[in-house]
Amino acid sequence: MSLGGGVSTAQARLERRPARLSLARRESLKGLGYSAPTAVIVGVFFLLPLVLVVWMSMNRWRILGSPTFNFPDNYTKIPDNQLFLDSVTFTLKYTAITTVLLSGIALALALSVQNQRPGVGLFRTAYFLPGAVGFAAASLLFYGFYSQTGPLDSILMDLGIADEPINWLGTPNAALFSTIGMVIWRFAGFNMLILLTGLQAIPTEVYEAARSDGASRWQTFRYITLPLLRSTIALMLVISITGSLLAFDQFFILTRGGPDGTTVSMVMVIFREGFTRFDLGSAAALSVLLLVVLVVLNVIQLRVLGRER
Amino acid sequence: MRTARLIGTLAACAALAVAAGCGGDDEPEGGGGAASGGADTGETITMWTRAATQTQSERLVKAYNASHKNQVELTVIPTDNYQARVAAAAGGKNLPDVFASDVIYAPNYTSQGLYLDITDRIDALEFADSLAPAHMRLGTYEDAKYTVPHTLDLSVLFYNKDLYKKAGLDPETPPTTLNEFAEHARTIREKVGGKTYGTFFGGNCPGCFVFTFWPSVWAAGGDIMNEDGTESTIDDPNMAATFQLYNDLVKDDVVFPGYKTEAGPTWTGFFGKGNIGVMPMPSTTLGLMPKDMDIGVAPIPGPDGGESTFVGGDVVGISSTTEKADAAWDFVSWTLSEEAQVEILAKNKDVVGRTDLADNKYSAEDERVVTINELVEKGETPYSLNFGATYNDPTGPWLKVARDAVFGDDVQGALSSGKESITASLAQQ
Repeated sequence: MSLGGGVSTAQARLERRPARLSLARRESLKGLGYSAPTAVIVGVFFLLPLVLVVWMSMNRWRILGSPTFNFPDNYTKIPDNQLFLDSVTFTLKYTAITTVLLSGIALALALSVQNQRPGVGLFRTAYFLPGAVGFAAASLLFYGFYSQTGPLDSILMDLGIADEPINWLGTPNAALFSTIGMVIWRFAGFNMLILLTGLQAIPTEVYEAARSDGASRWQTFRYITLPLLRSTIALMLVISITGSLLAFDQFFILTRGGPDGTTVSMVMVIFREGFTRFDLGSAAALSVLLLVVLVVLNVIQLRVLGRER
Repeated sequence: MRTARLIGTLAACAALAVAAGCGGDDEPEGGGGAASGGADTGETITMWTRAATQTQSERLVKAYNASHKNQVELTVIPTDNYQARVAAAAGGKNLPDVFASDVIYAPNYTSQGLYLDITDRIDALEFADSLAPAHMRLGTYEDAKYTVPHTLDLSVLFYNKDLYKKAGLDPETPPTTLNEFAEHARTIREKVGGKTYGTFFGGNCPGCFVFTFWPSVWAAGGDIMNEDGTESTIDDPNMAATFQLYNDLVKDDVVFPGYKTEAGPTWTGFFGKGNIGVMPMPSTTLGLMPKDMDIGVAPIPGPDGGESTFVGGDVVGISSTTEKADAAWDFVSWTLSEEAQVEILAKNKDVVGRTDLADNKYSAEDERVVTINELVEKGETPYSLNFGATYNDPTGPWLKVARDAVFGDDVQGALSSGKESITASLAQQ
């Protein structure tokens, strides 16, 4: 009996096993089914273009004509591209100045509208409003402001602030800082919003405790606000630095790289290689290089951010 | 984000090219390359043109559609995007039946087989020898003809006759040498003064320098490049004399303010305000000047005489992938007919693309238009496969050389040292 019972149990197990396996298979198939659409989208729209760009960078790929494999020519000629080398220096300078100014102003704006007070909503909206203007549209708007026939010069002269029209885009420094002015106008409100979410996540009890311990405003900012805001600041820096290193629209529209080629950003050189010289292979090689630098930079920044968390 | 966008665009182009086998080396298809004569059989023809010559294209298409069974569907593409759009469409074999091109870029397209060989069709035209020679030269590749003139835009001197009178100059005697041009500009600045200046130019606009300065070199018998556009001859003494003359005008405060930053978008807008004496302008802007302004037109002279012009504008051809070549030719050839050239282009003060029609019933009413039309034969359109990247792109080498020459202290030095960078760009493969 017992033997017979053991056999039947084993039989039953054996019969059940395929059923369990097929269930597991069904589950895994179900999982695959759920993830397939996302995998296809990621594959088609993210991975395939990346693979194509890398492949393109290994070929002499004129926009008109057949590609021919020429690896590593597109990469080895990068150091000979003086325009690109100059653009690296310029873009780094622009990134450093913009990031410092933008972060400082955004932090000041965020602190000024941190607490609920009558009318604070109006200020928050006003600061954020330029962020709703398209970047290219904002660049064109400022091109109008800075032009000789624009309103800025006459307003400044009417107010007695300037004696003669200001050469807003006429010298390398004027062109750089006029562009940075536009970028700050456009992005300060957006960065303020990021910081504001961080500020509002700081528990009020911490401030109350600091106040009851007799901390001054500066001490509260230095020892409470800043440390607790570090991860938000890091996030803002990631966005700001990445955006600045990829600067294109503002210089393409406002300065067109001038005067005398002093405001040419890295992406402008990529654009020139691809769509003026029609050398997609060279443009792809520069894009891959920039992509690698950005990935490394972002990994470092995100690690710092992760450590804070 | 922007890199992702750029990469996406590049990848899209790549995908198109891969899908289509990237047909640069393919034999042109689409029938009837050797046939002559068009066909008005009720076909719908697609056409692309760039925004810069939209007005003329729209007038021609409207008139053709009103009088023919064939119908042309015109798409106007922003000028800055035009080359990239054509290139992407060529990769995917999605070109329209007919497309126009800035004449400067025609060699890039003809050399890659984007246009259909229409040599026999063109040669069969009674007026084939009268088609604007500079445009025909750039539309010809290895002895085969691919395009015909579509719209013409010439650089000429505009001078304000009222300011000439105020300055004590003879309004009926425009400058015949570049030195006279400078003298007139100085006189106007000195005698009229105030907010009135002698001249103006786009000092941060690479294409403007090409369009307005180079004719002075051609007028004096010099040149800016070798025959096949691979080597710069920018150190030509006439180029140096031209730059020196403008350099002196800048130093003497004869040039209307804003010249140093003028990148192109507004450089033609100031003359019509009435406080600039004499300056090189595009001929297509004559019809846009205030009606009450008394404007004279003269050819651009060389430093010591001669006359020339930059023959800009667009050419038009039939795409090599069309299946409606006969219907497309019916439209293209009609745009060259006397009816289209005179009743549409000349009537609206545009330059005609046929030298035999330079003197027509509309131009006869305005001697300035005759002056412009007659220049078509004398003008030049430079040829180079790397023209855009070298001369039109603000980040290319030409703008820096031109600015160094016109604003610096050593004109000849700037041109001599710039010659190398320009040649390197022209010869780049």
